[in-house]
Amino acid sequence: MSDDKTVTAAALSDLATVARTPGAAKPNPILVADHVTRRFGGMTAVDVDHLEVQEGVITALIGPNGAGKTTLFNLLTGFDRPNTGEWSFQGKSLSGKGGAAVAKSGMVRTFQLTKALSRLTVLQNMLLASPSNPGEKLALSWLPFLWKKHEAETTEKAMEILARFKLDAKAADYAGSLSGGQRKLLEMARALMTDPTIIMLDEPMAGVNPALVQSLLHHIQALRDEGMTVLFVEHDMHAVRHISDWVVVMAEGRIVAEGPPDSVMKDQAVVDAYLGAHHDTDLGDDSLLDPEVLARLEAEEEKR
Amino acid sequence: MEEFLRILTQSLGELLAPTTAAYAMAAIGLNLHFGYTGLLNMGQAGFMLLGAYGFGITLVAGGPFWLALLVAIAAGVVFALILGMPTLQLRGDYLAIVTISAAEIVRWFGRSTLWQEWTGGASGLQGRYYKEPFQELSFLPDGRFALGPLEYINTGSDSWWTRIVAWGLVALVLVFVWLITRSPWGRVLKGIREDEDAVRALGKNVYSYKLQALVIGGAIGALGGVIFALPAAIVPDSMGRTMTFFVWTILLLGGAATVFGPVLGSMIFFAAYMFMRTGMRALAENTGVGDVITTTNVEQIGGMLVGVTLMLLVIFRPQGILGNKKELAFNVR
Repeated sequence: MSDDKTVTAAALSDLATVARTPGAAKPNPILVADHVTRRFGGMTAVDVDHLEVQEGVITALIGPNGAGKTTLFNLLTGFDRPNTGEWSFQGKSLSGKGGAAVAKSGMVRTFQLTKALSRLTVLQNMLLASPSNPGEKLALSWLPFLWKKHEAETTEKAMEILARFKLDAKAADYAGSLSGGQRKLLEMARALMTDPTIIMLDEPMAGVNPALVQSLLHHIQALRDEGMTVLFVEHDMHAVRHISDWVVVMAEGRIVAEGPPDSVMKDQAVVDAYLGAHHDTDLGDDSLLDPEVLARLEAEEEKR
Repeated sequence: MEEFLRILTQSLGELLAPTTAAYAMAAIGLNLHFGYTGLLNMGQAGFMLLGAYGFGITLVAGGPFWLALLVAIAAGVVFALILGMPTLQLRGDYLAIVTISAAEIVRWFGRSTLWQEWTGGASGLQGRYYKEPFQELSFLPDGRFALGPLEYINTGSDSWWTRIVAWGLVALVLVFVWLITRSPWGRVLKGIREDEDAVRALGKNVYSYKLQALVIGGAIGALGGVIFALPAAIVPDSMGRTMTFFVWTILLLGGAATVFGPVLGSMIFFAAYMFMRTGMRALAENTGVGDVITTTNVEQIGGMLVGVTLMLLVIFRPQGILGNKKELAFNVR
């Protein structure tokens, strides 16, 4: 565990040297994406020129509604196909791979709308996630003695993880009977069963009651401290500021800013993206009727 | 009173009838599709008809009994692959549309004159052309045997031998399905039923699992067709959409995603169906009911009542007789 701590500390100090510009190169990138675009009809939902995600830290992906965060997530995890672009994970190209192949390579995601498998018990949800279970092959499935041992080991591991998320008392309940927040926890716990290298959380805080948010944040930090890389999409600014080591800001499909949480929030591009470029301009101001002022505003717009 | 006893005996006989076993078998296959994996197969009768053809044609051509069984299973497997490979990557509804039309296509090919020398066209393959190899396998002595009020010949079409083989096959398949669905493999199927994207996100090849389920369930459906053909003939028009919906009613009556549901459902369904029709007929012949329901209408009214039962089941007891109400309480909104 102490080893992991020093790894995390090293990764964090690495980040201090990174340029605070969109698409900045990281010293130790685990995920690198280039020229990724996705169009829905005439609308370009994602247009990311270059993105690197540093290994061993928590990276937050933020942006206003419709910025293309979830679409980018879906593309990277193989749940959607891009119009152009390629990306690699741990040096291996993942572009064009399907969701299952991406997950097998160690990049595991959760969903914005929680996908607990309702009519399976909490424990079954966990066991299902175990990779390379011999009993999941049809040819071996009817011979229990071939997979009983793996099953027992997996159950032990599942109960450990469930205990960590305080869900162990619910192990025998149907997942459909859990509350919204507990489902989020279960989904995260289930993702951990696959021993991921990077865990991609799509709005982990959405719909979770405030009392649970604190413990969720704590769990996410614990993942990093164990040496996992975390990339998460979030709306809750408080959560982002609290736990992320690096923030990537998207607006209108593009990455507009990058940096540590405290400085990136002050970035002009971020303020513009969230509040609009002219949020200071008084629309009732007569000066707006003045062609000179209008021309100046337009010139500003052009420059952006 | 005597009349009533006759009706009861007939209904009781349905519990063990080969047709009941055939539908139970088909429902076991459909259970693997729908109950465990959530695949909407609306053409189980197509699998059954193909199985029956594979079985009958092989025997007519002079093949041995075991080869006929293998051909029937292979027919179900190939049909499942043809239907599944293009549609299982799409949303679930597409499989429903494709299976119901494919089953109809099989039926129309069967009744056309195109392959009449093999399929017998619309009048089908008569039982006497293919039953002999099956009945020769019987080790039962000649004569008749009575079990309580149920008395049949030992070897023949509607015989004890047919019943033994039919239910023996059902028992074998039931054990096989029980073994595979209680395994981690079965757990993946149930996961896919709940949410296939979630299962995909955990690194499972969802498409491959769905195809495996479709193929196994289809092969079991084909075996159901074989059992259906054993005591009767292979007539394409008797294995159409009605058959598919009977199989669905049986599955939902017994309880989807339960092991014994299909068997129990089939027994109750056919006993009740027989009781209803013979009862109505007796009433129409002997009492004033005949003025309202004539004997010629009994079959049609029976069919309508099955439809009403299916609707009532889905609305008021979607978990069936054996299903777990708690398990079904989620997702059904």
